[in-house]
Formats: sequence, C-alpha cells, structure tokens
Amino acid sequence: MNGEDIRSIVERMGLVVKNRLLVLVKAMTATVCMVAATAACADIPRTAEGLPDLTGTYDVATLTPVQRPVIYGDNLLLTKEAAQKIEADEKARRIEGQEASNPDREAPPEGGDGSAGAAGNVGGYNSFWIDRGENAFSIDGKFRTSIITNPKNGRRPKLTEAAQTRRLQRIAVFRPNTGDAWWLGRDGPGPYDDPEARPMGERCLLGFGSTAGPPMLPVLYNNVKRIVQTPTHVMILIEMNHDARIVRLNSEHAPADVKKWLGDSIGWWEGDTLVIDTTNFGHRPGTENLHVVERFTRTDENTLGYSFTVDDPSSYTSSWSGEYPWPATSDKVYEYACHEGNYALGNILRGARLLEADAQAAGASGE
Amino acid sequence: MRLVGVAVVLLLTVCTSYAEQSSNYVAPRGPGGEHPDLNGIWQALNEANYDIERHVARPAMQLREGPYGPLPAVAVLALGAVGSVPPGTGVVVGAGGIPYTPEALEKKKQNQQNWLDRDPEVKCYLPGVPRATYMPHPFQIFQGEDSVFIAYQYAGAVRDIFMDGPGPAPVDSWMGWSDGHWEGDTLVVLVTGLNEQTWFDRAGNHHSAQLKVVERYTPMGPNHLLYEATIEDPETFTEPWKISMPLYRRMEANAQLMDFRCVEFVEELMYGEWRRHPLDR
Repeated sequence: MNGEDIRSIVERMGLVVKNRLLVLVKAMTATVCMVAATAACADIPRTAEGLPDLTGTYDVATLTPVQRPVIYGDNLLLTKEAAQKIEADEKARRIEGQEASNPDREAPPEGGDGSAGAAGNVGGYNSFWIDRGENAFSIDGKFRTSIITNPKNGRRPKLTEAAQTRRLQRIAVFRPNTGDAWWLGRDGPGPYDDPEARPMGERCLLGFGSTAGPPMLPVLYNNVKRIVQTPTHVMILIEMNHDARIVRLNSEHAPADVKKWLGDSIGWWEGDTLVIDTTNFGHRPGTENLHVVERFTRTDENTLGYSFTVDDPSSYTSSWSGEYPWPATSDKVYEYACHEGNYALGNILRGARLLEADAQAAGASGE
Repeated sequence: MRLVGVAVVLLLTVCTSYAEQSSNYVAPRGPGGEHPDLNGIWQALNEANYDIERHVARPAMQLREGPYGPLPAVAVLALGAVGSVPPGTGVVVGAGGIPYTPEALEKKKQNQQNWLDRDPEVKCYLPGVPRATYMPHPFQIFQGEDSVFIAYQYAGAVRDIFMDGPGPAPVDSWMGWSDGHWEGDTLVVLVTGLNEQTWFDRAGNHHSAQLKVVERYTPMGPNHLLYEATIEDPETFTEPWKISMPLYRRMEANAQLMDFRCVEFVEELMYGEWRRHPLDR
C-alpha cells in the first residue's frame, strides 16, 4: 500500500464522517419542515411528506464542458469575464449560423468539401439542430471551468490498460470515407461489417454521449429531462432515446445477473438529498464493474443540484466526480423515435457493401 | 365538469359490471391527497394484442389456404403451436365489432394476410395508444401531486400525461400527445397527434392519423383498474367505438419493469441481409 492509497482511504473516512453529520443535519431539517413550514423550508417545493419535490422538466444544456480545458489547470472557477466571453462567442456563432445562405454559391465539390465534422466530408448539422445551451453554469454564484470536480484537474482519470486498448481500437476505424473501402486490406473484422459493430447511437439502442448515463451529462442537443417523483419511485426520462430511468426508493438491487442498459437504480433520501445508486450494467463493453452514485438536491424553486461519482475499475484507474445545476424549463420532452426512422443504419451497411463491390471490381480490372 | 363526471359514473353503472364494482369502491388517495392513487405496475390479462375483436383460436397469425381449411403461412410454420392465436372474448364493447368503412375493412384483411411484413410490433416499433396498454408486458404509472407519467416495458415506450392543458399536439408521433384531467376518481386522457403507422393488434386492425382516443382509468378495487378507451377516426370508422378491460396490478413482491429493448432483437431481421458476410436467413 503506497502513500496515495493511505491518503485516499483517510480522505474517504473523512468524507464518511462529514456525510453522516450532513445526513443528520438534513434529516433534522426535513423533520422540522414536515411539522411546520418554517422560512428555511418554504423556499423549495415539497411533497406532502415534507420531502423536496424534484418533479419537473429540466434543460441541462450548458456551455461549460464536462472536462476542463487544460489551460485552466487545477482552477475550478471561471472568472465572470471569461464566462461572459463564452456566452458572447456562442451567441455570435448562432447569429452567424442563422444567416441566410448565399443563393449564388457554387455546388459543393463531388465527395464534399473536405471539412471536418461528425458527418465527415459531406457536411453535417447546421446550427439549427445544435443546442449546447447559452451559458456557462455557476454554482453558488461562481462560474465553473468544468463539470468534473475530481480529479483536481477536472478531467477524467487515466484509463486502465484494457480501456485504452478498447479506445485505440475504436479510434483506429474512425476514418474519413476515402471511397475505396479502405478496410478491405486490414486483418480482422471491418467497422461496417455488421450492425453490431456500429455505435449504440447509430443503432438506436441508446442516445449518444452520456445523455442517459449514468452519470447524465449534457450533449450536443436534446438535453431535456423529465422527473416525476412518487412516494416509492423517482422516474427520470431522458429525451434520447425515450429512456425512462426508474429509481426504486428504499429497495434492494436486482440480482447481479439482471443486467440493464442503464443499470439497476435504487435510491433513498438522506435528509433533503436524493441519493441514487446504480449497478448491474454490462451490456456495453467495459461497464461490468461500473458503479455510479448520483445526488439530487433542490437548490431553489427553479433549479436542481446534480452531482455524481463514477467508480469504474475496469475503465478508470481512479474514481471521478462532478456536479452541475439542472435549471427548470417550460419546454417539454418530445418523442425521440429513433429506431422507427432509422434508415441510416441500413444505408451505412449497404453503402459499405457497394464500396467493397466497386473496390473489388476496380482491383479485378486493374489486374 | 362535475355534471359530466356524474353522467359518466351513471353511464358506467348501467353499462358494465366492472363499473358496478368500481362505483362501490373508494380508492386510497394518491400524492397530494385529492385524486385516487394509480401508482403501481399494471398489466392487461387478455388476448387483445392478438385480436381486439371476439375470436376463436386460429392456427397462426398469418394464414394460407390448405386443402381442408386455413394453415399457418410458410414463414411462421416452424413455430407450431407456439405461433397459434389463442381465443379471446374480445375487448370491443357491443356485439357489432369494429365499425370499419368498406375500404378500411378491406385494408384490415390485407394487413392480416401480410401480417409479418406489416405489423409494427414485428419490427419493435413503438406501439401507440391504446395498444401499449394491452401488450403482453407490464407498464408502470408514476403519479405525483400534479403529474402522471406512464412507462411501458415493451420497447421502452413512454407517455407524459400532461395535466396542465397542453393545447393541441404540435406534431404527430408514435405514442401521441396526451392531455389528461380528472373526472371524479377517473383519470381521463385525450390522446391526439397519433401517426397512422401503429396498429391495434396482431390481427391487422388499423387506423389513420385522424385517430382520437379518449382513455379512462378508474380504480375498481385495490388491485384492479378499469381501462376504457373510445376510438374515433372518421377516415377509418363509420362511428366511434369503445374497448374496455380490467388491468391487474402485478402482485410479485419484486415486481418491476425490466429491459425489453427489442430494437437489438430485430437487427438481423431488418439489416442482416446487408452484413458483409450474411448469415443463414
């Protein structure tokens, strides 16, 4: 056991003691709130049982990144000026993106203009589709440089060797379409051989990024969440792909062999904090040992506080944590029927078969 | 509203035996203390997903003519008795069955003959309303003080029942736009904005995008709800008609919705032919 391990254990013990105290204080507050609507308790919506009512619709889009840009180092806080600049830059980008197209422009070159982007060299979404929010977020009046708070540099910890290998394999096949079925000369299966080889998002099995998580993180668009709280359950609807996370309160985890795409979530109240504990992942490679603890508080009438800790020894060399606010929205979650309109997956596979046939024909005629 | 509520209660009392029970039953109040508690995991226990109309057992969901009567179509033959259609007394209220226009009845027959190609359930598409209610899977009602939300195990379908007068549907969708309110102890949901791509069952019963469904959820006892839905679609039916069925609470101590993300189960069916090395099909 090295010094770092011991320090980490001591820190955790400190955290436990601190948490217990906090629990006690919060439990007392809740009890008081059930008995009488004191001034301290009246500022947030509460259920008849005196618990904070998390029910609502929230738009979690934020310009603050999940991982801190390296230039900020260990600095958790962003100056007000820097936050204003981020906001102004995004606004300028939006205005530019919404300008009318020039009707006299030339047709794009065959095969695309070579620009970068998610859709490769044939162009991607224009700004109409993108909704990354309008502001950097602040907590207690202080702007943040990242959602991740631990490790101190605000970045995900180092990957385990196995996870690094998986990542390299994934990146190796993320290449522009050169029109000649470049994967044909490689050993092993190609990236377009089978539907199972495609990412979860393309297959409409899950939304992309970590939109459903857990942890639930902001992504490029469709960041609206709906929470309905009952005395026995908390339901969190994630817009992509109409995924309802059902949290059973004061329950036990399902047996370990009951794997779920978004894990098995149980929850309990620690004073005014809802704690959600999620295990039993395993459909996605490398998530067998994933364990996520999330915490919700109601910071005011229009905002939830959301924090999380990810413990995933199969993928990360240490645990990591983060937090960001969930502001209420008057918007609604609209149906994200992904699979029902998924012409892309079939076309991706068919396109690959055509490229292969062309490449083989060219090879044959060249000989 | 109250008058309408009274009228509905009277009508139910006269019309159905379920309602007779429900009129004597006072359900415990739900969150907020005003409305009955519909929270729980519920499931239909009937053959409606095979065929909402009254029917005797059939050899298969898709049939062909045999020398002595109908036989399973070739594509479903290997399923044997597992692929047959169990009999059902039907959930359509009244003796007349579904009042299709002649054209719509013809389409229903075509649908039935082409069941494998056409039933959206085969492709794991969202089930629509009311079919979601009587799929052979549980669903869960989440009822807060001012909110009602339904999550279905089948295909992970969901519906937010807007209780605050959401206005007209902004766009058509698979699960529709649900506008809910309470009439006494009945949760009434007006569902519009449904697209024309969902079906009522595996028997080819269909509708157009003009479909309007009025659902009623009424507690009949501690572990039963009465589910009624009035179906209106002037493009498909000559008059409105109604379905009615009890819903049962899942009584298992560990009852919960589990994952049924059938999207992954239909990839071979829908995309398998475009694999680089296609498998036997």
